[in-house]
Amino acid sequence: MFRRLQPDDSSATIYFDGRAIRCRPGESVAAALLAAGVDRFRTTPVGGAGRMPYCMIGVCFDCLVEIDGQADRQACLVPVADGMTVRSQDGTGRFGIQ
Amino acid sequence: MTHLQRESCELAIVGGGPAGLAAATLAAELGVETVLFDEQSAPGGQVYRNVEANAPRHDALAAILGGDYAGGLALVRAFRASGAAYEPESAVWQVAASGKVGVSRGGRAYLTRAQRVVLATGAMERPVPVPGWTLPGVMGAGAVQTLMKASGIVPDRPVVLAGCGPLLYLVAVQLVRANAPLVAVVDTSAATLAGTVRAALPLLPAFAGDLAKGLSWIATLKARRIPIHKGSRLVVEGTGRVEAVTFDSGGRRVRIATSLLLLHEGVIPNNQVTTSLRCKHVWNVAQAAWRPETDPFGATSSARVAVAGDGAGIGGARAAVHRGRLAALDAAFRLGRIGRDERDARARPERTALAREARLRAFLDRVYRPAEAVRPLDDDTLACRCEEVSAGELRGLIAEGFTDLNQLKSFSRCGMGQCQGRMCAGTVGRILAEGLATDMAAVGHYRLRIPVKPLPLAELAELGHADRNDKPVLEVADGDPSQRI
Amino acid sequence: MTRTDVIVIGGGIHGCCTALHLARRGLKPIVLEKNTVGRHASGVNAGGVRQLMRHTAEIPLSMAAMDAWERLDALLGPELAANCNFVGGVGQIGIAESAQELAWCRERVAEMRALGYDFEELIDADELKRLVPSVADICRGGIVSRRDGHANPFRTTQSFRLRAEQLGARILERTRVTGLEQGDGGWTVTTDRGTFGADIVVNCGGAWAWQAGAMVGEHFPKSHFASTLMVTSRMPHFIDPVVIGIDRVLSFKQTEAGTVVIGGGILGDPDLDAETAETVSDRMMESAATVYEFFPILRQATIVRTWAGLEALMPDVIPVIGPSRVASGLWHAFGFSGHGFQLGPIVGSVIADLIVDGVSPLPIAAFSPTRFTAEGKLRPPAQ
Repeated sequence: MFRRLQPDDSSATIYFDGRAIRCRPGESVAAALLAAGVDRFRTTPVGGAGRMPYCMIGVCFDCLVEIDGQADRQACLVPVADGMTVRSQDGTGRFGIQ
Repeated sequence: MTHLQRESCELAIVGGGPAGLAAATLAAELGVETVLFDEQSAPGGQVYRNVEANAPRHDALAAILGGDYAGGLALVRAFRASGAAYEPESAVWQVAASGKVGVSRGGRAYLTRAQRVVLATGAMERPVPVPGWTLPGVMGAGAVQTLMKASGIVPDRPVVLAGCGPLLYLVAVQLVRANAPLVAVVDTSAATLAGTVRAALPLLPAFAGDLAKGLSWIATLKARRIPIHKGSRLVVEGTGRVEAVTFDSGGRRVRIATSLLLLHEGVIPNNQVTTSLRCKHVWNVAQAAWRPETDPFGATSSARVAVAGDGAGIGGARAAVHRGRLAALDAAFRLGRIGRDERDARARPERTALAREARLRAFLDRVYRPAEAVRPLDDDTLACRCEEVSAGELRGLIAEGFTDLNQLKSFSRCGMGQCQGRMCAGTVGRILAEGLATDMAAVGHYRLRIPVKPLPLAELAELGHADRNDKPVLEVADGDPSQRI
Repeated sequence: MTRTDVIVIGGGIHGCCTALHLARRGLKPIVLEKNTVGRHASGVNAGGVRQLMRHTAEIPLSMAAMDAWERLDALLGPELAANCNFVGGVGQIGIAESAQELAWCRERVAEMRALGYDFEELIDADELKRLVPSVADICRGGIVSRRDGHANPFRTTQSFRLRAEQLGARILERTRVTGLEQGDGGWTVTTDRGTFGADIVVNCGGAWAWQAGAMVGEHFPKSHFASTLMVTSRMPHFIDPVVIGIDRVLSFKQTEAGTVVIGGGILGDPDLDAETAETVSDRMMESAATVYEFFPILRQATIVRTWAGLEALMPDVIPVIGPSRVASGLWHAFGFSGHGFQLGPIVGSVIADLIVDGVSPLPIAAFSPTRFTAEGKLRPPAQ
């Protein structure tokens, strides 16, 4: 869906639903996921519909994912950190509740 | 990570775009102890997003983004040199009328007491609730521009831009420069080319450069043979993700297959904070948006709070700089750093420049009416993306006798989700206004309260600098009745 | 002038329910609501349907209300009843953390047994854990009332309103009472939208009820408060009962939507004249911290919204229900002091009984307006 203009500055790795994704340190988790072709960040709690970011500026909340175990994080506002674990947020999100 | 948690400051500025940067720079120069809270990790706002990293580059990205963008670097450098404190990655979740600002940074929340607050929260793209707009693959045009600026990421699959406004064409040209597979532009504005030219003529002497730039964008698209359709009644098609967009054009229905659809119907003020403060707002008919009522310095009806930049009504990046400086002058005056005469004298050139910008803005407002975003919604289109409330459901409630925006919210849950009504307030208001055969000014806005950004319970439990003794005493004979409710 | 038999002042749950019951009994009530139905405490409360730990004077009313909650279908019809999102039988639990709290629970249950009530039960740590698996191990037990539950307050108040309208009542929103006068032909109620005449007036004015009293020279305490609730985003279902603290500030429930509504003594700043209240973050810490401590499962929760609803507060923390002490044909039902929602289905029926039959089968003497002096002060309790 997207490509990087400079593919070679991807020196960090995050894990999205178990898959390793190379990304640029300091960029947002949302940008890293979109660059890696992810088009389903979460499913909605009411209808179970897939969503991906709409606004990229912290307004729409359709980029909500679970980051390092914490649900409801806005992927477009959180910078990537090497080794970060990201999960798509299904429905309400898990909030540590099984 | 631990951060300095400021207990107080003289001037708190919320937002690091042109208005916030200009306000902070001037206020600090005038000796005001200034702190700028920015949700982003580097100054620049959305318009100059990541400009410190990008502007010095002489590569493909710099060429794609263009000279106006690089011009933001001077603003950021002046801010960096000004002595104003910068708090990045800091979400402001409260601005109280008392000046108490709630901040969340690095997983910790704290309150800081500001004597004056300048909100420079800027604009957001107007939500465009067309059928299918929630499908993955549908984004704001500005969202893709943000991806370019922040991460050097561009679309590499078929993309269609649809909507109206100058940003639509700027993004189109940037996509072309980036060799993104732009399939078509669908222009939804009602204005005709002849009408636009007529409206632009009086502006030619003063704004020849701006108008020429706009024409050059269209020329670039023509040269690259990008089809520009006049279109209306957009529908997004797809199962699970966008597959095509259809629209009416020249008396027939056109269908264009695409994997990315970028919608844009102009921008609207980001006024969550002023709404939560119950500042007086007015419905701006020309811009089809609410804006807080302000005096010439940006002061709102809330005694300690001013708004600068697009948050006080869309004026654009150049105007935002002047509006930021005006707010800073007023803050310095109120805080005793300069006298009234000095404030007014220094305000004069800013006002002159602002008046000039206002003429261009009036032209843009007239030409780029957000037609597609203000037409009535189909019943099954989602008005509220978070809680998935459709236009039809809301119309049903209105038919049942609901007459109030907050009643609709309380009953249907529209506006109750994580976005806190940012994405649906205007749409639900429009549905209610239609249903009651009245105007937006009459139906008002959602009643918003803190937190104006969702806040983790854990951060609230450990809130720094909260006044632990701030609890009113209830005069009752036995126990605390508020406890068991 | 619009004439009818009964005017009800206030479109909260008790005003709407009074209109509903009066209409059921063949009268033509008109409800005058200054804002919109359920705008304040009726629509903006925690939605607790609670018999647990009530003032003993309220228990007969509360038990009758519980019967009505369990038969909402009969009162509202199936569709409107379903709209209330009432979840009964999940229980409300007072959680004891300290030995002192547990001792208090034991005394309370014994006191209730002595009065002939057995719906409050003492539970130990094991039973608490069985009912609420997510509770922290520091909790030692508590009291449960198993019939209790919760409902959606705004939707419930709307349902009462719609049912009242179906039965012939009229509800006039954005109609503010500005004067109340009794003459030979009955009551004249002036509003900003015209004048109304009626034989009987019922004052269900909530936090503003004292103003209606003052219009006829009958004075009540003016005190009021604004309880604040914090609401999380939707979470996976993890708890059925409603839990409240004994001494600790704790109160929360998980709604049908999955959001968790957290209260527990957080006071907003009420503004009676502006008819709103502000929520205050400084006061939310303690409640958030208690929840955090007692329910580790909520450590990741996100607060998305806060509310505050304006509510009248009587110094003895029980409502005013009964005939005016200065005028005939004027009835009061207000002052529920933060726990009137559960009584929602019953108070209107009591008032309708009083108006139509002259007597209520339920004991309401404790709520009499006569417990206040002419100046509106609470009389000292008789020895």
